[in-house]
Amino acid sequence: MITIEFLGPIAQESITIEASSLRDVAKFLQQDSKLSSWLDSLAIAINDKLTDNLDAPLNDGDRVSLLPPVCGG
Amino acid sequence: MMLEIFEGALQPKEIFSRWYDDECNANWGAFIPFVGIVREEDEIEALSFDIYEPILINWFDAWQQKAKQRGAKLRMAHSKGDVKVHKSSYVAAVLSPKRRVALELIDAFVEDFKANAPIWKYDVIQNKRIYAKKRSMPMNGAGLLAKKD
Repeated sequence: MITIEFLGPIAQESITIEASSLRDVAKFLQQDSKLSSWLDSLAIAINDKLTDNLDAPLNDGDRVSLLPPVCGG
Repeated sequence: MMLEIFEGALQPKEIFSRWYDDECNANWGAFIPFVGIVREEDEIEALSFDIYEPILINWFDAWQQKAKQRGAKLRMAHSKGDVKVHKSSYVAAVLSPKRRVALELIDAFVEDFKANAPIWKYDVIQNKRIYAKKRSMPMNGAGLLAKKD
């Protein structure tokens, strides 16, 4: 099982799912109509490291963080 | 700590005074400060901020390494929670032996901060916290999970 956490303004509790790569996470989240408007703009981190590799492998206990558009300062 | 996070508004005079005392004997030739102040516009009473600290620390450490390679050093402080108009939510500084490196770094650092530091901004209007979506920027690599087979 891996945990998906939604950061910042995405008002949603963390969830746990079975996934062996980010591709599985993408397939899962694409089915969620509440999240579809966010997916285009989310950056992704695995265990707090940003990644741009959809085939990045996931292991049991990994944490995938979804980061919406930012605006510091 | 070169990266400091405070609850509520920053106190820039205290922060810069402390940083100056820390650094004044380190033989830097240039110390360039930046102060971000919440402007009164569009009926906002305050801005409010969420920060994801683990990735902010990684982002800052990567910039510190870039600065170090040029003989320079970065410091920054940011607020979390609410910051009223006319108060400061963000301060940064570059210290460098020569002014040119410091001037270049403060520009690049502050711009990348706006684009890639994991901080989310909300307008506070009539005590409601509204995500500043139009002013926000997708981070590098965003959109990965929208890709289909």
